[in-house]
Amino acid sequence: MLNSIKLRIAALALGATLAANAQATDVTGAGASFIFPVMTKWSADYAKASGNKVNYQSIGSGGGIAQIKAGTVDFGSSDAPLPPDELAAAGLAQFPSAIGGVVPVVTLAGVAPGQLRLTGPVLADIFLGKLTKWNDPAIAALNPELKLPEQRITVVHRSDGSGTTFNFVNYLAKVSPEWKQKPGEGTTVVWPTGIGGKGNEGVAAYVKQIKGGIGYVELSYALQNKMSYVSMQNAAGKWVQPNDESFAAAAASADWKSAQDFHLVMTNAPGDASWPIAATNFILVYKQPKDAARGKAVTDFFTWVYANGREQATALHYVPLPEALVAQIEAYWAANIK
Amino acid sequence: MNAAAPTAGPLVPEARAGRDARADALFRGLVTTAGIFVLLALVGAALSMAWGGREAFARFGFGFFTSSTWDVGAGEFGALVPIFGTVVTATIALAIAVPVSFGIALFLTEVAPPWLRTPVASAIELLAGIPSIIYGMWGLFVLAPYLGEHVYPWVDEHLGKLPVVGAFFAGPPLGIGMLTAGLVLAVMVIPFIASVMREVFLTVPTRLKESAYALGSTTWEVVWDIVLPYTRSAVIGGIFLGLGRALGETMAVTFVIGNAYAVSASLLEPGTSIASAIANEFAEAVDPLHRSALLALGFVLFLLTFVVLVIARLMLRQLKRREGT
Repeated sequence: MLNSIKLRIAALALGATLAANAQATDVTGAGASFIFPVMTKWSADYAKASGNKVNYQSIGSGGGIAQIKAGTVDFGSSDAPLPPDELAAAGLAQFPSAIGGVVPVVTLAGVAPGQLRLTGPVLADIFLGKLTKWNDPAIAALNPELKLPEQRITVVHRSDGSGTTFNFVNYLAKVSPEWKQKPGEGTTVVWPTGIGGKGNEGVAAYVKQIKGGIGYVELSYALQNKMSYVSMQNAAGKWVQPNDESFAAAAASADWKSAQDFHLVMTNAPGDASWPIAATNFILVYKQPKDAARGKAVTDFFTWVYANGREQATALHYVPLPEALVAQIEAYWAANIK
Repeated sequence: MNAAAPTAGPLVPEARAGRDARADALFRGLVTTAGIFVLLALVGAALSMAWGGREAFARFGFGFFTSSTWDVGAGEFGALVPIFGTVVTATIALAIAVPVSFGIALFLTEVAPPWLRTPVASAIELLAGIPSIIYGMWGLFVLAPYLGEHVYPWVDEHLGKLPVVGAFFAGPPLGIGMLTAGLVLAVMVIPFIASVMREVFLTVPTRLKESAYALGSTTWEVVWDIVLPYTRSAVIGGIFLGLGRALGETMAVTFVIGNAYAVSASLLEPGTSIASAIANEFAEAVDPLHRSALLALGFVLFLLTFVVLVIARLMLRQLKRREGT
């Protein structure tokens, strides 16, 4: 009697596992570390909701691009969008996943978060090594109410190639002709001055320790480490603080409609409330996946993310995509992904 | 087996000899394979790095070793800055670690009361087992801020003004830089060097030392004239083991060296090392030439370590010949 019950339970369990295996299509993605925290949350919640697993490896944007081109993952992810001709050559489609922001942070005695004000050109001059003291007239003129010390400015940048750097130097190149000429743009550049920290956490640690240090990190690192972030003047000439609202304003003001394959870098966005160094993460998939079921599983996952992943994103200081953009992405899928 | 054979009885001597020969051949085959495996792994690692770096070597030739430009965007790569940083930090590490390790080993073998020797020796072995990332975090969050706040300002102020050596110590007191990296490396290699030294100091025959003491030698004279000459070759072996580790250390150095591509006389300035440059850039090296340059860097580190080992071997042989042992 007892044995037969045990047997039946075992059979049931076996049946359940088999059924789950038959339904679930596990997909693998790899790329930018920028979205790793929210990706982990999304895939855990998605697994609960649908039974499908999404395994995301945080290996960096460059790695994500290389892996999807090699076909070893179902989707790649990059903080820098690929140009349409490169996508076409590799047979890839591209769409945004989430929006965040890069924030300059400083360590200055008596300067609270959001108090120090900088314009794009002044920020570029600091990172070019042209401004070397915090009481330089160019900085003091923007901050009449702050008493800035006669302290050496120590620039801290990323030592590893990174999408965060890509968005940051892309902004500097847009606001400073001198920066555009040299050092220019890329996921890593030849820095005219300063020291390099590995990862967002490395930059945060260096800036926190060095009095008079200035660096750039994603907002969540600035908030977690209670760092003094900088208030920036945006393209419309307004002073803005880095937060979910100013990132969302930048996302809303960006001209996605006319961007082919969503090839758009959102820095220096127009609009009164826009944060100037907002960053978008992009997903790369094959237009004609070798395994159609897995290709579908990827778009299913992102459909779920756009509809049900908004709260998780906001809680981790990302900005969910605007509704209009989601509609545009779904139309893009229908037109491009077979 | 052999001991049990006579009591087992029926085993015929010739059969046993045959079986022993087979077992011997099998054993010899196994250990030879193990030995060859090491050689293959070594040659394979060197060749695959040289092969991976062939594009960079072909493009830049000997200039790869002498150029200080490392521009990923423009595709120009030169290894001078990382080589410089690697050699400087390893030198600082040894300059500190060798005397300290010598002191530790002498204390444990000659001076310390017996009840203290075992616990301290175990502590040193435990230190050797700490993962390097822990040293890196300690360096970044504890040592660097302390040095930047309390030590380097003084170093810059006082040592920085000295003639000749002043240039080494003048610079911004960031707390992060080549000197900090060298200090962290010193702490990391001390356990290796100290435990080798302790082991070999223990092998010095007591009667030699006691004879010297009986002739009226001080402890220092015994150490300098008896212990050290007796163990010199093994001591040098231990030092080079530590040097090998200091040259190749990655995570701990990456945390505290500052990762800046600049050659500076000042030890307080940030720099970069071969291993940390690879760790920083490999994941994002999409451009084939960049990847090739990083593999070429790996090959350079391999060469550097190999040269160090060869020098160590030659020194040992020289010493042995002079001692006539």
